[in-house]
Formats: sequence, structure tokens, C-alpha cells
Amino acid sequence: MYNGSKIIVGLIVFAGIVTFPFIYNLGKVNAKPEPKIDTPVIQQLKEKNCIESKEFMKANHMQLLNKWRDMVVRNGKRVYVNSKGEKYEISLQNTCLKCHSNKKEFCDECHNYMSVKTHCWNCHLESKG
Amino acid sequence: MDTKRADKTLNIDYRFPKTGWMDTPVEFKQGMFCHGSKPKDLEAVGFPNPREWSSKDKDWKLPANWKEIVLNGMKERLDKYRSFKLFMDICVRCGACADKCHFYIGTGDPKNMPVLRAELLRSVYRRYFTLSGKLFGKTAGARELTEDVIKEWWYYFYQCTECRRCSVFCPYGIDTAEITMIGRELLNLLGLNTNWIAGPVANCYKRGNHLGLEPHTYKSQIEFLLDEIDTLTGIKIEPTFNRKGAEIIFIAPSGDVFADPGTYTAMGYLMLFHELGLDYTWSTYASEGGNFGFFTSNEMGKRLNAKIYAEAKRLGVKWILGGECGHMWRVINQYMDTWNGPADFLEEPLSPITGTKFKNSKTTKFVHIAEFTADLIRHNKLKLDKNRNDNLKVTFHDSCNTSRGMGIFEEPRYIIKNVCNYFYEMPEDTTREKTFCCGSGSGLNATENMEIRMQGGFPRANAVKYVREKNGVNMLANICAIDRAAFPALMDYWVPGVGVTGVHELVANALVMNGEKERTTNLRSESLKLATESTEVTEKDKKQRH
Amino acid sequence: MGISFSLLAVTVLILIAYSGVKFAGLHFFFGVVIPYIAIATFVIGIIYRVVKWGLSPVPFCIPTTCGQQESLPWIKQDKLENPSNTLGVIGRMALEVLFFRSLFRNLKFEVDVANPTEMKDESRVIYSSDKWLWLSGLIFHWSFLIIIVRHLRFFTEQVPSLMRLLENLDGWFQIGLPHFYVTNLVVLLSVTYLFIRRVIIPQVRYISLAADYFPLLLILGIAVTGILMRYFSRVDIVDVKILTIGLVSFRPVIPEGLGIIFYIHLFLVCTLFIYFPFSKLVHMAGVFMSPTRNLANNSRMQRYVNPWNYDVKIHTYSEYEEEFRGKMKKAGIPVEKG
Repeated sequence: MYNGSKIIVGLIVFAGIVTFPFIYNLGKVNAKPEPKIDTPVIQQLKEKNCIESKEFMKANHMQLLNKWRDMVVRNGKRVYVNSKGEKYEISLQNTCLKCHSNKKEFCDECHNYMSVKTHCWNCHLESKG
Repeated sequence: MDTKRADKTLNIDYRFPKTGWMDTPVEFKQGMFCHGSKPKDLEAVGFPNPREWSSKDKDWKLPANWKEIVLNGMKERLDKYRSFKLFMDICVRCGACADKCHFYIGTGDPKNMPVLRAELLRSVYRRYFTLSGKLFGKTAGARELTEDVIKEWWYYFYQCTECRRCSVFCPYGIDTAEITMIGRELLNLLGLNTNWIAGPVANCYKRGNHLGLEPHTYKSQIEFLLDEIDTLTGIKIEPTFNRKGAEIIFIAPSGDVFADPGTYTAMGYLMLFHELGLDYTWSTYASEGGNFGFFTSNEMGKRLNAKIYAEAKRLGVKWILGGECGHMWRVINQYMDTWNGPADFLEEPLSPITGTKFKNSKTTKFVHIAEFTADLIRHNKLKLDKNRNDNLKVTFHDSCNTSRGMGIFEEPRYIIKNVCNYFYEMPEDTTREKTFCCGSGSGLNATENMEIRMQGGFPRANAVKYVREKNGVNMLANICAIDRAAFPALMDYWVPGVGVTGVHELVANALVMNGEKERTTNLRSESLKLATESTEVTEKDKKQRH
Repeated sequence: MGISFSLLAVTVLILIAYSGVKFAGLHFFFGVVIPYIAIATFVIGIIYRVVKWGLSPVPFCIPTTCGQQESLPWIKQDKLENPSNTLGVIGRMALEVLFFRSLFRNLKFEVDVANPTEMKDESRVIYSSDKWLWLSGLIFHWSFLIIIVRHLRFFTEQVPSLMRLLENLDGWFQIGLPHFYVTNLVVLLSVTYLFIRRVIIPQVRYISLAADYFPLLLILGIAVTGILMRYFSRVDIVDVKILTIGLVSFRPVIPEGLGIIFYIHLFLVCTLFIYFPFSKLVHMAGVFMSPTRNLANNSRMQRYVNPWNYDVKIHTYSEYEEEFRGKMKKAGIPVEKG
């Protein structure tokens, strides 16, 4: 016996599962995330540089923040020296959020896109701005 | 221990050859293979390419277009059998089957690992039927089909008993029995069979049974057993042959009628049916339950099997009762109705004694005698004196085919426990679905290949030895005619002192028959009294039973 | 030979992706063209293989029975190991596919003497449970599945909550940032084990082909590049997602500056997808088709039909009687023609 109908049903299920991402995205407009860096503080900066290069920050900010937390909370160190030798105060509130005061347009833009949850706000207060 | 065993040392080397298996040529070792088929036997059933040949010769006198025959044969079977096609494709060589084969355990020959036995065929499949094999050759596990490959197939496909133990452990259920069957079919296309299989096939085709007993001989052989029963019990039994209008036709493996210790089982059938007053008949035309055709080709299996329904129809019986046999029951359970059904001229089997309907044989109308007898005992229809088997400490061997191609485990155990006081199980990894083959199934129970039979039967014998030493077991019960034919030699070799019996011999020993004289011996004319005294049955033993 | 061939093959694949992106600048080819080819080959290839199997019938009902058959009403049937109806078969297949039931039975046999490579007359064979193959196989396959499902966050803009749950479970230990996934470690360990056992167990080494080592090394390559990318040589995953979403919404884009390691990872994955249907890896589909597992042992209760069943020549009763009539009559066996 061939069991043709069972095989066909099985193949349809298989094709459905494999092509799920294509089907899921049918007719959806997928906007790229565009984090905004036009906060008042940033606009007033003469040189619009973060503490490290943009590329480095995009890929490694979570590891840097993790490292900062350990440095401050566990070792009591509050000074970060970047790759150019410049010193920064290690502080989410006073360093990062001073410029990036727009969590919704900045952090959440990518984090929602990637479905990555942050643990920052478990302890820290969200900035109101 | 038996001194004779000193020169029968098993010395298996599990180390692997330095060369890969494709580069290790097949060596025909004495005692490991059967004689080649004789032309007259092939001609009798119209098999292709009959000729005089010997597997020991260099030239096997293959037909000129042998390669074409084999490749066309493979193509045809790939299209006919999903099992074959699938099993050629999906093996991942995980090795789970490797040490599950009794022939591998017993010989240490890597080509007896089920996976490698399949690769013997798979390598040729890759070369001629897959793109990667055509492109990458040996790297892709492919090889040319040569005469040496044919010889290797013949050597190793007749070193497989189609027992399916590997298939139990395979994560995809790859069944080497399927591969061996196809391999043997391909060889058969070239006229390469074994004498021990082709002979019985020819016999069975013309005369109705493997042994080639003609009708009058078959009858007189049974009459001889009736005399024995008369001597033992004082009861004269008069069974009928080829009788029209009987309610039931009884089909047994012919080995039970002809050779010890199967004959005692046949006596058991006769005594039981007489005691029940069963309206049944034997047939000389369909005088074989077993089917050596099944070990040759699907078509031959069907041709031999066809007689059973044909005879049932001719005689106008209601249903069929089948004796204790292994591959016979694989065939009945998984092939018979598909081949030769529908048996719509028969009725759904119903026990005339208990009124039980055998619902599981609704379409084949074929009931296993262990099912039949277990039902009788359950309904208290038999008067049994267990003590008559007290000279026996019994263990039960699950036959491969009835285990892995049917699943009849409890019925025979139930019967044995009701007719014997002393029953002991072998270790659980060697029984039921994990049972080990006798080493002589699927047409390997010849004499010239005794070496491979003893080696292949070693794992089973080793487990028997275990219960012999632990519980004093002296009787190996089974429900298979090939077991009864093959085990005596195996037991003598590895575990001397253990006898072999069918379950219905044990039943007949215990069966208290109406009007019988006092029994002083069992069916084997062994004194009951003497035997009981000699086995030192202690109270402790009695407590240990079951 | 199989090992070096496979090692070489995987190395060459990595070099192809590396030089193709780095020197030839074939970002679009490796980021868009190859992935489309891969997914199409995978889907069509698997369907092709299954249909090809399906075109051959299953002529006989040949389940391997691993438990008590359905028999008399008072005998307990083993409904999962020896099913006699569809429900039982579904149960048996589920156990097989989800938990590798058959592999769970695995035994190892040992010879109880000083030198275990040789068995002597007095040797006793001992069988004992051996679950390592089952365990490594099972955790490997499950981890691989979880990893694939986790990757769906690159292919769905609003990540379905089920996937998020799975991801959270997998990263439950919250070690490091980004969170360490248990499955990453498990896949590495199990693939390594599967590879090592193939090399050191003599039986398995003897039967292994290049086609057995290659997928293991390829998957190892995929796992290692993936882990490197996540924890060490980091790439911007937003860019990755822009690319992957572009692919699945048929608006392919190549973001600037994606690290080469991503292209290597992607190329190895694509190779796996292309290789899959034409190799032993089709066991994924094949396991569902296996007649020794997916049939009910009910051929004595229900007629099983072989579509190519044909009439055969048999030796009829009348031919038989013709030959033996005289002898039969003499022996008192009834005959048809006086």
C-alpha cells in the first residue's frame, strides 16, 4: 500500500513549517530600526562622539555595560578609560543617559526589533525625558 | 564438563582487519556455508539459470549477462519495496545494530554486523543508483558490482537468519531481514541458492512438504506416532486425512511429523485434539506449515503458501489451526492473507470447546495453537497433572519470527506455567523481543555449515548455560520446528544435558486423558518415577518456582 | 581517510566563504543568492526524496513487533510496542521520533574474561544497558531543534511569544552578556561525543564513511562560528536581522559592514541545507516512512493489500492427486476421482 494521502499531509506540514518565516512576513512592511540621536544634549555637542566608536558600541554595548556594572558594584571603580585614552565616569544615569535620554526612540528601537530584553531597568530608573 | 568440548573451543577475535571492508576479500571458511543448489531442484519450480556449480569453485558459471540481471533485479525491487529503497537510503551507521547480531557475537567477523551486511548491498546501490556514488565512488561508499561481490553476497546473505533482532534496536527500524531477503532474491535470479533450501522448496512444491514425504508415507509416519501414544496411554487415536467437511484443518510444520524431538510435539497435538474430540483433519497436500520458499523469494513463498487456503477451500473447513512453528507464523501473520487471501470462504475462528472467538485472526482465519490451548486452559477445559513434568526444569526460548514478526510471548508461557512446576526465565536481554536466534533459522540448519550454526547459536546457548548453572534447567522449550531441529546439536555442543521440547509435548505429558492407563513414562519413554527421584526436587525448589 | 576528506571539505567551505566575501566582495551572492538556493533545495529536495520513496509501495505488513500481540482478551497487549491500531502506531511513532525509543533499548555486550577482544570457550557474555548513544543522540537533536527555533527571532519582526519563552528558558542561567545558552554548550558537547565515538569505537570506525564524518564536522563548524559570533567576535545583530528579514520578505538587502564570520556561518548553514536531502540526513523524513515502525500489527485481523500482487503458478491439488492417486487410495486417503 502507498499511504499516499498520509505522505501528502506530512509533506504539507513539513513545507508549512519550513516556509513559516516567509509566510509570516507576507505583506508585512518591515521597517528598519532607526535609533534617534537627536536629543537636546547631543545636538549641543560639538563633536558628536560616543565614548567608543559607533561600530564598537553597536556590537558590544551590552558587554561594556555589563563590565561597567561589575567595575562599579563589585570593585568600586568609577573611571573608564576608552581606547583613545579619554576618561569617563562609569554611570548609566550620568554618562549614558545624559546624552541618550530618549530610551523609547533610542534603546527600544533596536531592542524591540531584536526582541532582546534589557536588565538595566530592574535597578535603574527610566529617564523621564 | 564434557571432555569432548576441549577441541570445540570458541576463540573469537573481535579485532578488526587492517584493511577496510571493501578491500578485505571474502574468504570461504569451511563449515560456514552450505552446498550450492542442484539444477534439478531449481528446475522443479522453474527457477532461473539452473546448473551444476559449487561454491568452492573459482568459476561459478554465472550467466553471461549476470550483471544486467542483478542490476535490473535491484531496480525492480527498489520500485516494489519501499522498505528496500528506504533502508538503502537512511542508515546513519550509528552502530547500534553492530553487536546485536548473534552471528557477529559468535564469529567476530565484521561483515556479520547488520550494518555491514546491509552495506554489502548498499555499496552497489550507491554505485549504480545514486548520483554521489556515481561521482565519488569509494569515498561515497560505492563500489563496482563484480563476481567477487556476488560471492560475498552469497556467503553473507546465507549467514543471516532473518531474525530481525537488529531491527529492534535500529532507531529507524532498518530490518536486515528485508535486505537479506532481497539479496537472496537477487542471487536466486542467477541460480545461486543453497541445496538445503532449494531441495526442500522443490519437495514442498511437488509433494506438499519440505521432507518430500508422499501422502501414504506422511500418513504412516503419523500412524507410527499413534502406536507410540497407544503404548503410553492405551488410547487408540484415529485422526483423519484430507477429510471433507471437517470443522478445522490442522497445519503443522512437517518437521514435527518426521524428526525427534518434534515428533513428541506432534504426539502432543494428536493427544490434545483427541481428548477434546475436535472435528479436524490433517492434509497430505497441504502438509507443510513451514515455508522455505520464503527464504528464497517472495514469489516462491507465495506459491508454497497458496496450498493451505486452496486445501481449506477444497475440504470445506470453517477455519485453520496452526502448529508450533516460527517462520510459518511470520508468514501467516504478515504475508499469507496479502499473498493468497481473501479467505472469504472460511469463517471467523471460534473455539468449539470454549466458544471463544479469536478476533485477532478475523481475516486470516488462522489460529496459533498456543492461543488455542491457552484459551482452553483459561477456561479449565483440560485436566492437567503438572507433576508429570517434574523431572523437567524448563526454560522458554522465544523464537525470532514469532517474537519480532508477531509478538506471541504470553500464550506459551501461560501454557508452560500450567503444565510444569519448574519454569525459569533466561536473562531478560536475551528473551522476548530481544531473543537470540538458534543460529540455524531461514534455511541454515544444514550439516555442512555446522561451524556457523554453533557460532551463531552461541549467544542463545550462553543464556541457556546461565539458567542451567543457576537453576538446573534441563529442558529448553520453544514453539518452532527449526528450533527443535537445530537446538539438540547446539545444546550438546555448548550446554550438554539440556533437552529440547515443543510446548505441546509438555502439554501432552501433563494431559490427563479420559480412559488412559496409568502413565509410567513420559512421551519420550523416560520413566516418570525414576526421573522424579533423580532430580532431587526439594521443598526449596518448589518455593522458588515461577 | 573519511575524516581527512571531511575535514578538508569543511575547511574548503570556510575558505570559499571567507575569500568570496573578503577578496571578491560577493556579499550579495553569499548573503542572498546562496541562502535562497539552499532553502529551495532543502524543501524541494526533501519533498523529492519522500515522493520517490512514496512511489514504491509497502507490499506487506511488516512491523517489527517488540511486545505482546493483541490476543485473547485476558492477555495484556503491549499497545505501544506492538500496536494493533492507528492510535497505537501514533504512540509508537511519537516515542520513536521524540524520544528515540529503539535507541533507548541499546545494549552493550561484554565478554567476561581477561582479554575482552577475544572470546573463549569459558567466556560468559554479559549484556548491559548502554545509554550513551541514546543520550547524546537525543540531546543533540533536541538542542539542534531548539537552536533552530530560537533563530526564528531573526526571521520574524514581532517575535512570537512561544519562541521568546524558549529563548528565555535556554538562557535561564543568565551567565554573562549576552546570556549564555545551554543548548550551545550541549550541541558542542554532543557533536564532539558523537564524533569521538565514531573514531574510537572500533565497530563504528570500521563502518564509517566520509558521509558520516562530514555532517558532524559541518555542524561543529556551524556551532563554533555561531558561538564565536555571539560571544567573541561579535557582529551587529541588528544588521543581521535586517539581512534575514530582507530574505524572508523577498526584499533582500545587504547591510554595510557585517562581519565575515557571519557570512561563514551562513554559508555553512546553507551547505547543510543543500546537503541534507541528498545524504543520510534524510533520515529525518525517512524515520516516518519506516514500515517496520509505522504499521500496526493487525494483518491477521484486517486484510492488507499488496498493489502488485500477481497470480503465481502453483502445484494444484488435482495435479497432486493425479500423481499420487494410486498410493493415496491404497493408504485409505480419500481422493476426488475414484
